[in-house]
Amino acid sequence: MAERLIELRNVAKSYGRVFAVGGVNLHVDRGEVVGLLGDNGAGKSTLIKMLAGAIRPTSGDILVRGKPAPNWNAARSRDAGIETVFQDRALAVQQSIVRNIFMGREITTFLGFLDTAKEHAEAERLMREIGFTSKVFTPDSIVGQLSGGERQGVALARAIYNKADLIVMDEPTTALSLTETEKVFRFVRTVRAGGRSILFIGHNIHHVYDIADRFVVIDRGRVALEASKAQVGSAQALIDFMEHTAHPQGAASFDPTAKPETTRSGTNWPGTNRPGAAS
Amino acid sequence: MSLSVNDRPDKPHAVIRPRESAFRRFLVTNRAAVGTFIVFAVMIAIFMVASPRVFLDWTIYSSVLVTLPVALTLVVPLVFVVTVGEIDLSFPSTMGFSAWMFALLVKAGFPVLLAIAGAIVTGTVIGLAVGSLVVYAALSSLIATLGMNYMLRGLIEIITQGKSLALLELRESPVTAALSGSVWGVPVQMFWALLFVVLAALLYNRHRFGARVHAVGDHPDSATQMGIPVDRVRVATFGFMGFGAALAGVFTTLVNFTWWPTTGDGYLLPAIASVFVGGTPTWGGIGTVAGGAIGATIVSFIQSGIVAAGLSGFFVQFFNGLIIILALLGHRWNQKRYR
Repeated sequence: MAERLIELRNVAKSYGRVFAVGGVNLHVDRGEVVGLLGDNGAGKSTLIKMLAGAIRPTSGDILVRGKPAPNWNAARSRDAGIETVFQDRALAVQQSIVRNIFMGREITTFLGFLDTAKEHAEAERLMREIGFTSKVFTPDSIVGQLSGGERQGVALARAIYNKADLIVMDEPTTALSLTETEKVFRFVRTVRAGGRSILFIGHNIHHVYDIADRFVVIDRGRVALEASKAQVGSAQALIDFMEHTAHPQGAASFDPTAKPETTRSGTNWPGTNRPGAAS
Repeated sequence: MSLSVNDRPDKPHAVIRPRESAFRRFLVTNRAAVGTFIVFAVMIAIFMVASPRVFLDWTIYSSVLVTLPVALTLVVPLVFVVTVGEIDLSFPSTMGFSAWMFALLVKAGFPVLLAIAGAIVTGTVIGLAVGSLVVYAALSSLIATLGMNYMLRGLIEIITQGKSLALLELRESPVTAALSGSVWGVPVQMFWALLFVVLAALLYNRHRFGARVHAVGDHPDSATQMGIPVDRVRVATFGFMGFGAALAGVFTTLVNFTWWPTTGDGYLLPAIASVFVGGTPTWGGIGTVAGGAIGATIVSFIQSGIVAAGLSGFFVQFFNGLIIILALLGHRWNQKRYR
């Protein structure tokens, strides 16, 4: 079995009496792409912010390579080999590309002074690796001048710089053009081919189905489904399942406080015995 | 529907661009500071035309250079505070407080250098305390530092009952000569202040701390997500402000041989104006230390320049304001705002 890179055990996050995430188990193994799906407000973002250390879980454990990780925070998460490409890309738009790539991870020489030559060389290399198509931008270009896809490129460059073992991508294809989306996909495949892992969060089920090896569906703060690609069978089956969990009795009787009834895992895949679902 | 994904990796695009000259690159990256310098040059040129007798003579420059170091050691740290997205209005009292500590230590017979160290520690600690109040209690820095300014000044006045301290023993100290003497007609403290500006500019542009100050001021959430200790960086800039205020307090006391309970009071608005005249915008994330230093020079010259140019003192305020507004308009046109 592949090495278990990171594991969330019964992790919960509540804001006052409201549970954003209530007792979720999630793991990512080495070299796999895990697709995380769920409706708006299902708790996906809370979950990955906990992974990234941006927010702290109310309860539950985070295990890195099988060992518990206490005092989890953003710096520790990055030290543990987890890089997160946030939905808003976490860029500082008035700063240069090179400053964004090395934000919080500056290369320094003595007494904390920046090694600007090395940072520039690394930034040039990363920009080429990511396939920066525009020729007018240098590492000194201000991020505010870049297009959405190019900004995504900066965020991806930052993620691969540290040779992270796990790259968490929060809706990386949202608001990107088709060619830019393809670039992101190519990036994901390159990363996996290099033996590293990706947690891919998306709204577009077709995108997630295409790219992921294993799927986790979150619904109202809980895991509603965990299944491999073989178990799921098709993107349409995934869509059917998600529609079913979101509206078990149809949209009219939708009750946001109810716990999802269809908490299933592995081979208890509901789509397989429903007509037309597994086409 | 299924996206057909092309697995063939694109040929890496070579990053080719037209070669830029080093001079042009310098102009683009330092355009705020360069713009401020042009304002300064034009202003001095106007003064020279209006009053050649005064402005072609070294005396006026020499007299401005005596007080300029005080302004520089205040303005430069203030650029850090503004870049990180905050403002500090408490530095005049911090300056008065650390100068007070300096005066008390000198009075008590401690060596001058030790008294300076005591003042610097006092200023830095006050700065860190003010910063902690603003950051950890999540107060508006504009209001909280204004309150701290009044409180600290009030403390000074309560304890001293408004009495000043004469420090004639400073006259004999060799340290005084080294810090506030004169070399080739230039006040020595000017060299120390310039050294401070250069070191601060390196800290701002070429150091991890400066990089993080920029990132935090630009987008605190992004900085947090990238693992930057945002709160600590913010508090540190206030600590640096306190450090600069302490230096300013020491310089001004060394020049006057006297400490007044009001020491520092007059620097509040000129120092803040200098930061923005220098080309640091109000919204945080970017700024210029060199521009701030030139801004301080402009503001220092306005007053003496207008009087020397033969206009009555009543014109000072008007021209002060005019220069500030013109400088802001110039920078606004010069800067592209990305947020």
